[in-house]
Amino acid sequence: MTTTDHPSVGPDGVEEPSSSAFYEDDDAKVKLHFGIDPHEPWPDDVPRGQDDSRWRFQDNPKLARMAELKIAFCWILTLLAGIGFAVTYVVGGQTQAEGALLAVGFLGMGVGLILWARDLLPGTEVTASRGSHNVSDRSKREAAAEALNRTIDPIARRPFLFRLLGLVGGVFGLAALFPIASLGDRPHRSLYKTAWGPGVRVVDQDNQPLKPSDIKVNGILTVFPENGIDDAQSSTVLINLGNAPFDVRPGTQGWNIGGLVAFSKICTHAGCPVGLYNSTTHQLVCPCHQSTFDVLKGCNPVFGPASRSLPQLPLAVDTEGYLISSKGYQEPVGPGFWNRA
Amino acid sequence: MSTTEERLAAQKRLKYEKAGLDAIDDRLGSSGFLQKALDKIFPDHWSFMVGEIAMYCFVVLLITGVYLALYYVPSASDIVYHPTPGHGYMPLAGQHMSEAYKSVLDITFNVRAGLIMRQMHHWAAVVFMAAIAFHLCRIFFTGAFRRPRETNWVIGLLLLLSVMLEGFSGYSLPDDLLSGTGLRVVFSIVESIPFIGSWLAFDLWGSAYPGSALIPRLFVVHEFLFPLAILGLLTVHLMIIWRQKHTDFPGPGKTETNIRGSRLWPQYAIKSGALLMVVSGVLAALGGLFQINPIWLYGPYNPFTVSAGAQPDWYVGWLDGSVRLWPHWEFRSFGHEIANPFFPGILVPGIVFTLMFAWPQIDRWIYKDHAAHNLLDRPRDKPFRTAVGVGALAFFTDLTLASGTDILGNDLHIPFERLIEILQYGVFVAPLVAGAIAYKACQALQRTGTHPIMKPVGGVLIRTADGAYHTLGDDHGGHDGNGHANGHDGNGHAVDGHAVDGHAVDGHAVDGDGSAHNPEEDITEPAVGGAGPGDA
Ligand code: HEM
Ligand code: FES
Repeated sequence: MTTTDHPSVGPDGVEEPSSSAFYEDDDAKVKLHFGIDPHEPWPDDVPRGQDDSRWRFQDNPKLARMAELKIAFCWILTLLAGIGFAVTYVVGGQTQAEGALLAVGFLGMGVGLILWARDLLPGTEVTASRGSHNVSDRSKREAAAEALNRTIDPIARRPFLFRLLGLVGGVFGLAALFPIASLGDRPHRSLYKTAWGPGVRVVDQDNQPLKPSDIKVNGILTVFPENGIDDAQSSTVLINLGNAPFDVRPGTQGWNIGGLVAFSKICTHAGCPVGLYNSTTHQLVCPCHQSTFDVLKGCNPVFGPASRSLPQLPLAVDTEGYLISSKGYQEPVGPGFWNRA
Repeated sequence: MSTTEERLAAQKRLKYEKAGLDAIDDRLGSSGFLQKALDKIFPDHWSFMVGEIAMYCFVVLLITGVYLALYYVPSASDIVYHPTPGHGYMPLAGQHMSEAYKSVLDITFNVRAGLIMRQMHHWAAVVFMAAIAFHLCRIFFTGAFRRPRETNWVIGLLLLLSVMLEGFSGYSLPDDLLSGTGLRVVFSIVESIPFIGSWLAFDLWGSAYPGSALIPRLFVVHEFLFPLAILGLLTVHLMIIWRQKHTDFPGPGKTETNIRGSRLWPQYAIKSGALLMVVSGVLAALGGLFQINPIWLYGPYNPFTVSAGAQPDWYVGWLDGSVRLWPHWEFRSFGHEIANPFFPGILVPGIVFTLMFAWPQIDRWIYKDHAAHNLLDRPRDKPFRTAVGVGALAFFTDLTLASGTDILGNDLHIPFERLIEILQYGVFVAPLVAGAIAYKACQALQRTGTHPIMKPVGGVLIRTADGAYHTLGDDHGGHDGNGHANGHDGNGHAVDGHAVDGHAVDGHAVDGDGSAHNPEEDITEPAVGGAGPGDA
């Protein structure tokens, strides 16, 4: 706020009126409000007068009669639509008919009301003072401040009690928040763990164990740890890359079985299931925000908001020839969190 | 009242009315308030109806929502679906699903008039948000948020937030594949919050994702917490409007201290009631004739299946787009990490809403305008503010487009990678370009100086009881193009009482500098704030 008398130039290149005019005296605060002079009484809304009670077609009985008919027509439409709706319902219901009939009913009622108000009910536009509703005059303000002050003073006189109350309120309030903790389990290590582990069988959606031959070249299958189909953290994609040359990153030697590799199906961006596989480019695309993972490069993110590779699951075959994980995931699956790094 | 018969009938009615009001007044002393209320004046402008449209969508939501709540089962327990022909949706026969999902299938296929209630409910939510967004724009571009209405701006934004969350929680209740995927993303966003993320996510969901606690909790939130919050906030919103009275556009004879419009009773009340009917009618037509959220086509949720082309409701689109466009950054050090979703999912909306909450202060600071206003700005007269608003709209549009990159890419035959890159630049370029165009357009409109609707008319004279004349503002208020300058000017005259002069009484308008001039000239006057208090 400026208190100079020079008009300032606003961002629109237009001279802004200086606001100083409103800070001239101690009534400044009040004057801020529309420049109302606090010492001058302001009339409130004008009461309803003779003019107010005229309606549009008051002097034209013919037009009034016409309007009445139009309104009646609208409302009779509503009546019929209502009956139609009830009948539709009783005979078994039909969504489109119900919608159309309800619409006709409501609209008929609405349009009729609008015509009624416009043509046959009193009401010309009126202009009135806004009154001083938003601002009380000075004496009222001062009286209120004094009334408040009279009660605040005795409170302020006991600073010890006042501060103690604040302290107690704070501590007690904090204590009352503790039950929030029982809303959920503690995460503990659960974000680091899945149901995979050494020797856990790889199964399909029907909990059937799989053999390496069950998945053909360029095929992809969503798999789970045996008896762990409901474990959302564990869902995994099994991909047969065939003869396509793929990188084996350091530390992941022996995690594949020929061209067969397994990666977590949970997007490292925000956890959607990474389900769209392009078998010509060997890329997995997440449907949520289009993060794209290059399966030939250890499911490295090559496009989109994901910044981490999909974790790889070490595969092996058990004595009966079924696919197993030789150990669990070696890093947390899914999106990042504060304690992850 | 022509015939004696009619007059007698009217007298009889008056007797009953009096008796009725007496009975109430004896107990509440309410007649003073009642008369004031019936006489209350509301300015008429089509754009002032938008807030009411929002309100009436809420009414429709409450009614249809109660109906749905009677049938909905808030449970994540797994069951197998066994429809019988004609009762249920056969293609899903034998599938595992949650009880919640099944109950929504039942509402859709087995409960009579259930589907229309569901679809009206969903359409009402979508239209509700559209009306709120439009209402917010109206408030912003016309400067209706300025003193003394900053409180209602803040309450309005709290309403906006509550309605967004209410909508999102409702969208998630059916536990279908589409909404379930959205919840998965939200879990990850919560999880990404530094320090408390994983704890907060586990407290909200009750356990690791997905768990079985969320659906019943969402039900409580959607049926109780947010409706209550909205109802409470809306009540305060309306009470404040009632108290402060509605703003109005500047126009001939309108000043900061007067108000023009129709009375609450009967014009405003009946027309408003009619608007409720019209809104309900349109929502019924939409709900009956236009399919929305066909969850039976999406299928039940499970965490490892996915539907391509997943789309949230439109008002969440900008958040989804923000999550899509944010580059693949994460911060990892000292054994901790701030995961990617935090930035677009928490930080971006956090900044956006902070700026929105702070806008009345920012605006006051930009325009150095601390005065109170009842007269609105025309958007063209505040080119900078208008440019900011248009820029913000361009920003939201860009993000909303981004939430459909996969679908858009398909339709336009552009690889989605290109489209995302374009929109990433667009986040910065589009607001600047759109803002600059808006700024120039405002200036051009100002130069022509014409208002598309208003004609100049003489000022309004008020004769006080003791015979003195006051002008209530003067006629250039309509087209000097500067709402607040004009406002002070009008008051200045009225308050100081020096507007009494021969010209005014002649019916000519009184200009800011006190000379009468032909109102017709005003229409071509360049619209600069030359009539400020300094000139007066
Ligand atoms: C649930 C959502 C909302 C409802 C139902 C609602 C309802 C209304 C209604 C009925 C009015 C009076 C008519 C009108 O001016 O349109 C109004 C005025 C107003 N609303 Fe809202 N509103 C909502 C959200 C908002 C939002 C998001 C904002 C801005 C951030 C806002 C700010 C205002 C302001 C400042 C006024 C006073 C306008 C004036 O006097 O010109 N409201 N609201
Ligand atoms: S969740 Fe996969 S890209 Fe976002």
